[in-house]
Amino acid sequence: MSVGLEHYLLLSALLFTIGLVGALSKRNAIVVLMCIEIMLNAVNITLVAFYRYGGLDITGVVFALFVMTVAAAEVALGLAIIFSLYRSRETVDVAEVDLMKW
Amino acid sequence: MDFHAVAFYALGAVLIGSALAVVLLNNVFRAGLFLVLAFFAVAGLFVSLGADFLGAVQVLIYVGAIGVLLLLSIMLTRDVHHGSPGNRLWPGVVLLGALLLGSISYAVLNTPWAAKAPVTPSPTTAALGSRIFDLQGGFILPLEIAALVLLAVVIGAIVLVGEE
Repeated sequence: MSVGLEHYLLLSALLFTIGLVGALSKRNAIVVLMCIEIMLNAVNITLVAFYRYGGLDITGVVFALFVMTVAAAEVALGLAIIFSLYRSRETVDVAEVDLMKW
Repeated sequence: MDFHAVAFYALGAVLIGSALAVVLLNNVFRAGLFLVLAFFAVAGLFVSLGADFLGAVQVLIYVGAIGVLLLLSIMLTRDVHHGSPGNRLWPGVVLLGALLLGSISYAVLNTPWAAKAPVTPSPTTAALGSRIFDLQGGFILPLEIAALVLLAVVIGAIVLVGEE
């Protein structure tokens, strides 16, 4: 059985689920950020798979490029927030950051 | 088993294994190294799908910039010895993940995907450029907005971590 669109979609669904479980269940803020990167990569795999097998032609690759741009921006800003948090609170544990918790 | 299938299963096994290692390992630094390995596997999957330019960009941006930035910040925040503990929600989160995976798999396997012949692999760089800068229905405005977003992020990061 040759590898087709469904194989890539199932692989990226599994990858997205692993990233989601990690992002929701981890307490270290940097690990949460890493799991979000895994989820974005899973989405990119689906976009490129639709470029190869589905109706999206080269536009799928264009979308994946924009996703990468936003991911780079997001990780830079997220790490800046974590740094300023670490500087003022001496922790990167998201459970201890409850200043705005009602 | 042709070469494509072998590449898919090998890269997929490396990818899923290293993603699981990122979530399950208690040592944050090793989790970061496995994340870099996962980025490499995704680049290999892009190349196996015929998107050569995107594979190169994946190595440059994810491995070169994001991976190094994450590892550097793990070393700068001296919280490594606390490890990467889970929170109280994890049984519910695992259940939610299983539900999500099940419903996505059901949707993927039961959708009649239009049987289209896969595009023949050809260099994508020139096609990508002419698609983005196409005057009719191109992506020139999104490209400019992306540049503006990157500029705003650079300024924001400097403001957030700069000395006052």
